[in-house]
Order: sequence, then structure tokens, then C-alpha cells
Amino acid sequence: MTNKTVLHAKHLASGAKMVDFFGWEMPINYGSQIEEHHAVRTNAGMFDVSHMTIVDVQGTDAKDFLRRLVINDVAKLTTPGKALYTGMLNEEGGVIDDLIIYFFSDTNYRLVVNSATRVKDLAWMSKQAVGFDLTITERPEYGMIAVQGPAAITKVATLLSTEESAAVEGMKPFFGVQVGDLFIATTGYTGENGYEIIVPESAAEDFWQKLLDVGVVPCGLGARDTLRLEAGMNLYGLDMDETVSPIAANMAWTISWEPTDRDFIGRDVLTAQKASGDQPKLVGLALKEKGVLRTGQKVVTELGNGPLFEGIITSGTFSPTLGHSVALARVPRSVKVGDVVEVEMRKKLVKVTVTKPSFVRNGKKVF
Amino acid sequence: MSNIPSELKYATSHEWVSVAIDGIVTVGITEHAQGLLGDMVFVELPDVDDSISTGDDVAVAESVKAASDIYAPVSGIVVEINEALEDAPELVNSDAFGEGWLFKVKLDDASELEDLLDAEGYASSIDED
Repeated sequence: MTNKTVLHAKHLASGAKMVDFFGWEMPINYGSQIEEHHAVRTNAGMFDVSHMTIVDVQGTDAKDFLRRLVINDVAKLTTPGKALYTGMLNEEGGVIDDLIIYFFSDTNYRLVVNSATRVKDLAWMSKQAVGFDLTITERPEYGMIAVQGPAAITKVATLLSTEESAAVEGMKPFFGVQVGDLFIATTGYTGENGYEIIVPESAAEDFWQKLLDVGVVPCGLGARDTLRLEAGMNLYGLDMDETVSPIAANMAWTISWEPTDRDFIGRDVLTAQKASGDQPKLVGLALKEKGVLRTGQKVVTELGNGPLFEGIITSGTFSPTLGHSVALARVPRSVKVGDVVEVEMRKKLVKVTVTKPSFVRNGKKVF
Repeated sequence: MSNIPSELKYATSHEWVSVAIDGIVTVGITEHAQGLLGDMVFVELPDVDDSISTGDDVAVAESVKAASDIYAPVSGIVVEINEALEDAPELVNSDAFGEGWLFKVKLDDASELEDLLDAEGYASSIDED
């Protein structure tokens, strides 16, 4: 049984090639994913992200619950609308999912989690919520559209009412605001400016059409993947999963160690990992010659032979912005930015340069 | 249904072969194949003067999605390669049967062409995929 988003017919009308994405029939591209990629880097593109799971956590204990559930500390959120990115761990310190949490008040939060992990996320949250006074409510009655690119904000502005425009005027990155029917957030997964807009299902098709009419290019999952990878943003299931520590997935910055008495799930494991310094780390790899780095390829270092000294490409692709291949790779901690390591590609060893795990921001090379 | 020109011959591995002129054929991959692979980012071609045999992996089409071997559909000597693909691999996507050609081969044995599929045969082979 395949799920379809409320925008399914719009995708077909735009000539989308549809694929199965963890039970959802989603557009992979509308002709050329490279052209769609460039549209987002140079102008404005949009993605149907209605398959993502919106969960509202509300009630007296909402804040205390989330302070236990995730590795970042929602107590840092004090301005209504402010969001944070973080991870939800199992007791063994592995990542169950990464997510964004929007703060409205100490008793009202909105979480956006991955669709591929929806069932286990909801089960985990329900299990952990025992003893807390709160409700966990999935909100499937919404569509979600990400509009991204240097021209995204000005193009969306032409479609907003006076009241909506006033509400988003000067909104800083990583904020969200509910105005009328729309929830508009300055978040995204591309490394460009733009919005993620949550819209009631009944209004989604109309809103999508209006965006098309002002020249926003529809983009599929293919472009979404090359854009997020250039931006060095993790994809759950590839760059981390339940067997991987956030410390090994470039997510240490989302851990709030202070205050030390906050007992979040996985804290003892992460504390021990931090002390021993034994976790691998996520780096970027850049290949200047021909060829494309692919998920699962082995990274060989000069540190020695054997699994302890090897790494693995967690996601690799061709970077349309840079014109060569880039990848995210989990490697031994002693590997440094600027090192040259080798990747086993199609039975050959190819030299690649180690970079920070981020390649492009706001259309520009950043490594 | 993608375009399958009737004047060409085909291999089940999705290469096309033109009619021989002075014993030389042009080889490319089909529109159906480029559609499966998606946007092409690199095309690795054989060298001119390479001797190739039917079934050898002689070229690689690397797309955003995957690297895919291209097999020699005929035996012979490579006499020319499509150098335009170096800077514009997307020609394979936009014009698979024209400007997106890969290489030209001087045939060892012209009767080998008879072993390839005609358009109808190729069409039914991709229906079975």
C-alpha cells in the first residue's frame, strides 16, 4: 500500500517521475535533477515534503519530557517560534532519528521527524511519555512545501497577505510562525535561504500552483539529496542510524552537556564515549578527478590496515554546483582535514581530500 | 514508451549500433537506458585504436544515480570517440541516438550485426524488464 501526498496530482501534471520512498510515492525528478539543483542554488525551487511527520507535544510536562527525550536542551528555547535541530537516542546512545523542534511555549512544541522512521519514532515517544502529563498528536492533515533558493523569500512574499508578510518580516533563521492557515518556518535542507511552509491539505494544491505561477521550479528527491549533501546535512539511514553515536555523525554540536544534571536518554553512553575519544567522526571527501563517490565505498587511510583504520562513505554523490564528486564519510578520529585518503571505487583506489563535512552554502563553495 | 529508431540495431544491454558505412558503425546507449540512469555526469570512453570484442566492458556511463558499464555490441577497432561528451555528458540524456553517440568501431566481421536485435526485438526485450 503506497501513500500519496496531497500534491500527487500536481507532480504528475508537471511530468514528475515518481518513485517509492519508504512507502510514499514521491517525485524523484521532473526531467533533470541537475537542472532542479541549479534552480535552487541560483533562483528558487520547491519540494513537496508533505510525507514528513509533524507531531505536536502539548501539556504541563511537555518541556520536561523533551528535555529527557532529545540530546539538545529545549530549555534553551525561550522565544516563541524558535526551533532547534537535534537527535533522539536509544539507551545505547544510537540515533533513533534526527528532528526539528519548534517552541511555542513550555507546554506547546511542534516536532518534525522523518517519514521513514515515523512508526518507530511515535512508538518510542509514547513509551518514553509514560508518567508525563502530555499529549502526543500526529498532524497528518497538513501538507508541507519547502521553498528554497536565493529568490525563494521574495517569490513567496508575492503570495502572502499583508498579515502574513508582517508576521515573517525579518524572521531570523530557524524560526517558525503560525499566521492564519499557514505555518511558515525559516528552515530547510539545502543550504540556501527559504521557507518550509505547513499548509492545510485543502489549500496545498492551490498554494503549489501559485508558486509554480511565480516561477518556482518543482524539484524532486534527487535534487533534494544533492543539495543537502553539498550543504553537509545528514540523511537519516545513511549518515547515521540506531547503531551510530551522534558524536560519530557530526551531531555533537546538537548535544547540550549543560546543565550536567539533565538526564537525557543516552547521556551516560555519550559521556563515556566523549571521555574515551574512541568514536569515529564524520568528514567530507572531495574527489577532483572523474568518477562519483558512492554510499558504502571503503575509505583507506595511511594509519594502518584493518577495519580499525578504515572508514566508510555514508553518502556520496556528484556535486552539480562544484562539478565534481563529494561525499560524507565516517572515518577514524585521527584523520584530519587536509589529509589525502583513498577510496575503493570500482576495484581501483582513488585519492580524495578530507574536508569539513560541508561543501556549499548560499551558492558558494565553503571548503 | 521511449523512442526506438527502426534503422538501428540493439543489444539487450541497451547499446545501439548504426548501419555500417564503409565497415564503420556508431555506438551509443538507448533513450530507454539513459532514462533509467538519469542525469549523466561523466562518460568514460575507450581509446581510439583500442581493439574491442563483443561483450567487453569498454565504457562507463556515470550518472547521478550509478556507474554503469557499457558493453561492446560488436567486435573491431575503435576509430573515433565522441569528445564532446567530455564537457557535455548530458548530450547522452538529451539526444541519446544523435549527438549523444559514444564511439565508432571498424567492424572485424560485418555479419556480427545480424546477431543484434532489431527495433521490435529490443522493444519487447525492455518490456520484459
